[in-house]
Amino acid sequence: MSETQYLAAKTIDEAVTAHSKANGSARFLAGGTDLLVQIKSGIKKPKLVIDIKKIVELNTIKEVSDNEFVVGASVSGANLNRNNKFTKLWPGVIEAFRLIGSEQIQGRASLGGNLCNGSPAGDSVPALIAAGCIAIIAGPDGKKEIPIENFHKGPGKTVLENGEMLVSLKFPKREINSSDAYLRMTPRTEMDIAVVGCGVNITLENNVCTAARVSLGAVAPTPLLIKDASDIMIGTDLNSDILDKVANLCIKACNPINDKRGTIDYRTKVAGVLLKRSVLIAIDRIKGN
Amino acid sequence: MNEISNKWIGKNTVRPDGAEKVTGRAQYSSDTTMPGMIWGHVLRSPHPHAKIISINTKKAEALAGVKSVITSKDIVDFPLDTPVILGIQDMRWMCRNVMARDKVLFHGHPLAAVAATTEAIAEKACDLIEVEYEILPWAIDIEDAIKDDAPILHDHIQFNGKPSNIAGTLEHKKGDIEEGFAKADVIIEKHFKTEAVHQGYLETHSCLVSVAADGRATIWSSSQGQFMVRAMTSFLTGIPQSNIRAIPAEIGGGFGGKTIVYLEPLATVLSQKTGRPVKIVMNREDTMRASGPTSGSKSTIKIGATNDGKIVAAQGIYYLQAGAFPGSPIRGAAGCSLAPYDIPNAHTFGYDVVSNRSKVAAYRAPGAPIGAYGVECVLDEIAEALKMCPLELRKINAAKEGTKAVHGPVFPKMGYIETLDAAINHPHYKAPLGKHQGRGVASGFWFNAGGESSAQLNITEDGNVVVTTGHPDIGGSRASIANITAELLGIHHDRVSVLIGDTATIGYSNLTGGSRVLFASAMVVTESAQIVINQLKQRAAKIWGIDEDAIEWENGEARPAGDNAGKFAPLTLAEIADKATATGGPIGAGYQVNTEGAEGGFATHICDVEVDMDLGIVRVKRYTSIQDVGKAIHPDYVEGQLQGGCAQGIGWALSEEYIYNKDGHLDNTGFLDYRMPVCSDLPMLDTVIIEVPNPKHPQGVRGVGEVPLVPPLAAISNAVYQAIGKRSYSLPMSPPKVLKIIEGN
Ligand SMILES: Cc1cc2nc3c(=O)[nH]c(=O)nc-3n(C[C@H](O)[C@H](O)[C@H](O)COP(=O)(O)OP(=O)(O)OC[C@H]3O[C@@H](n4cnc5c(N)ncnc54)[C@H](O)[C@@H]3O)c2cc1C
Repeated sequence: MSETQYLAAKTIDEAVTAHSKANGSARFLAGGTDLLVQIKSGIKKPKLVIDIKKIVELNTIKEVSDNEFVVGASVSGANLNRNNKFTKLWPGVIEAFRLIGSEQIQGRASLGGNLCNGSPAGDSVPALIAAGCIAIIAGPDGKKEIPIENFHKGPGKTVLENGEMLVSLKFPKREINSSDAYLRMTPRTEMDIAVVGCGVNITLENNVCTAARVSLGAVAPTPLLIKDASDIMIGTDLNSDILDKVANLCIKACNPINDKRGTIDYRTKVAGVLLKRSVLIAIDRIKGN
Repeated sequence: MNEISNKWIGKNTVRPDGAEKVTGRAQYSSDTTMPGMIWGHVLRSPHPHAKIISINTKKAEALAGVKSVITSKDIVDFPLDTPVILGIQDMRWMCRNVMARDKVLFHGHPLAAVAATTEAIAEKACDLIEVEYEILPWAIDIEDAIKDDAPILHDHIQFNGKPSNIAGTLEHKKGDIEEGFAKADVIIEKHFKTEAVHQGYLETHSCLVSVAADGRATIWSSSQGQFMVRAMTSFLTGIPQSNIRAIPAEIGGGFGGKTIVYLEPLATVLSQKTGRPVKIVMNREDTMRASGPTSGSKSTIKIGATNDGKIVAAQGIYYLQAGAFPGSPIRGAAGCSLAPYDIPNAHTFGYDVVSNRSKVAAYRAPGAPIGAYGVECVLDEIAEALKMCPLELRKINAAKEGTKAVHGPVFPKMGYIETLDAAINHPHYKAPLGKHQGRGVASGFWFNAGGESSAQLNITEDGNVVVTTGHPDIGGSRASIANITAELLGIHHDRVSVLIGDTATIGYSNLTGGSRVLFASAMVVTESAQIVINQLKQRAAKIWGIDEDAIEWENGEARPAGDNAGKFAPLTLAEIADKATATGGPIGAGYQVNTEGAEGGFATHICDVEVDMDLGIVRVKRYTSIQDVGKAIHPDYVEGQLQGGCAQGIGWALSEEYIYNKDGHLDNTGFLDYRMPVCSDLPMLDTVIIEVPNPKHPQGVRGVGEVPLVPPLAAISNAVYQAIGKRSYSLPMSPPKVLKIIEGN
């Protein structure tokens, strides 16, 4: 067995430098709920594991201005859930994040880990895309920002290059009369992997949709922002005819695989159903507010 | 049945193993370690079917840290032409299952094992073993295995005079089936399919074996029978049983899956060769791939009834997967499926089909859930065709005392009709249903079993009691034995300790299986207690200087009776024990016998489901299981057995299945994709305990643990039909399948 070194980095610089020096043989460790499982089963064999939970910026939830949040990449589900203001502004992001694992997993798992793991079925990702969230990345050449919908390159692949680390997730300033929702289809009620995930985020003014973003997970090699579906919602009252159209655009955007977890046919149908249901939940949330 | 006060029988006493388990101190087999211990690892076949041309172990042996490498040459061979039966197994198949001989027959089939100083080295050494295979075509599903041009697994197995994968058949007949159908006003015939499902015990297989310098072996392992472990290891290694001591560990679930060995003979041979204790632990992936699930099946059920609801003929044809070696539970399917009913003309037929899957093992009422699935669904259709309540239909046809069952025996007093009445009158059966909800019912039967049991009951010097039995406790037998012993001796149950002996410390006791353990061990414990009570009376007689006939045992003390009544102050158990040395020595007795008189168990289940009509997801909303348990010695444990069976049935019906990929590999070897239900998938599983005592048992006990898995498959299927108006004829009713049925394509 090869030896693995462990480094608990204290600063972004330390983490990024160590990672880039390792030339591809290092892995960042947030909650470890993906990474440790992968190491144990022999899928990943890093020579260096860089723990990033001790870097303050990565473990902080900051309200940078009123209703505008930046969430550190390694903040755990349990901690984010304790932030009452964030959970009120982004119920869809929270419900997606909270779906991950069990209470035990929630104490460790992070949004950053879910995103960087690169799974097309990661639950928080469609919710983050729908939210219009931006990834803040630090690397040897400084910081850069990338919209989440451009973050994934394929199953297990992200835009991150050697030495690059996700620092935080920047959420747009939350407008009033907005809300979001996330639904996933799994055969079991818990402890399962999404067959399809759907995140929506909408703004309503006098019952008219003024902003909308729709995202699907597990229906293509990467989570998708369904731009045309989002666009046709704007200016409408989101009546059932419109939602049928939106659902059809979602169905069209699907490019899933047949596997033990779901057939192409089934996944595609489910995408349309979840879209309609999650829009209705988001509308309810806006009206209930 | 004895007239007893029932001070302890029927009480939910504190379970004796509880504190150790919740504080993490209970010793499971993988918790055992020894000084000098080394690790074993098993090399498994990457192919579903292949000839082994050669195995070269040189490189593995040369790896630093490797102590020994073994192959089938090191396991005793049992020639194919001579059956050697041990319980439900045949050593011809066992020796080839623990270590492939000329062919590998399934993906995951062991073909070599390594012992090394660490687990990692043993694993690496397995990678260094060079195996040359000639890959053969394979058959995974029954249809493929019984086709004319199917690849044949075992050349010597013949059916209809030709080499075949049909390894055996079993038939039950009663009356004249053709005549019966001729009298029917309504006949329904349907085809059903189920997938292989695993018991899903949380503790995987593991063992530690130490063969000492004198050749004596000690085995610590997780099993449903230390004597089975000893016997099989003896057969497969050639070590006499007297030189093998098998020590049962606490067991983290078995459900039938641990009535067989995989690792013990390998670890024994490795320990023999290295002179070191050897430990082997199977991971989840290997447990799923290479330990026995229960059979997948296909079946055809045909039932005919007259307009007044009388079943006049019934037929069930069953094909069950055996896995790579003969031995599927066709007896359970063909024998149990029609047992709840008094049917004049009946015919059941089972085919045992081998294919390139891991060898099946027992799973709670083996074969019976498969048998009941089709029958209980077709009965539902008959009830609908006759516009009858499905429970009424069952009641009209219910077997009762004196009914001759299709599989042969005549039933004594038993409580099937009582379960139907309880269901009809249960508030659940009348509760209103919501939108897209449906309610289904089904019944089920399991034979139950007796068999060999031994017990030793000793009075300690301070006047308390230690009882030793020989069956691993997988469902509460220790708590129940403590209740019975306390009852018989008239003492507080806290004063009774119940232990499971190992093969050297207690007499032969058959497997924990067939729902037999409490039935059988209560019998030998009752006999032992009677002998001990007589001893206690003798001792009191000596102390008082009177005739022992003039003494009665009551409430934990000896009392002078008859003419002597009131002449002496009663002597307590503690007082008699205190004087034991002076009155004749230690007090205690053992008893061993092949118990008989196990009578079958019946259950009726009611299930409500709700179906998501857009996604095809079925959720169980309410579930009530009603079962004749004979006598509930420890009701909490009985309820736990009922609930556990229902939970496993819900998994089997809705989400669990072995999925093979196009290469013949099992594709879902972990609990993420092998979907057993989690807590939040289940509603509260209600139970109703019916007690119609088994007339052939001192406490009235019937088996309890297996019947609860018999009705759920059909109860849930029938509920889904009521919810969506269309039927699924195959399991699991997974969301994509249900959605397709809803959409009608
Ligand atoms: C029992 C169980 C249940 C689960 N259920 C779900 C579920 O329902 N839905 C779901 O989506 N997932 C689920 N998961 C997967 C996992 O918990 C999530 O993906 C989780 O969000 C990962 O976060 P983490 O902090 O533990 O990541 P880690 O395991 O620490 O990291 C994951 C990957 O991302 C990389 N990484 C982490 N942080 C950074 C960073 N800041 N910059 C660059 N790279 C980084 C790591 O190197 C690693 O490759 C489950 C896992 C388990 C064990």
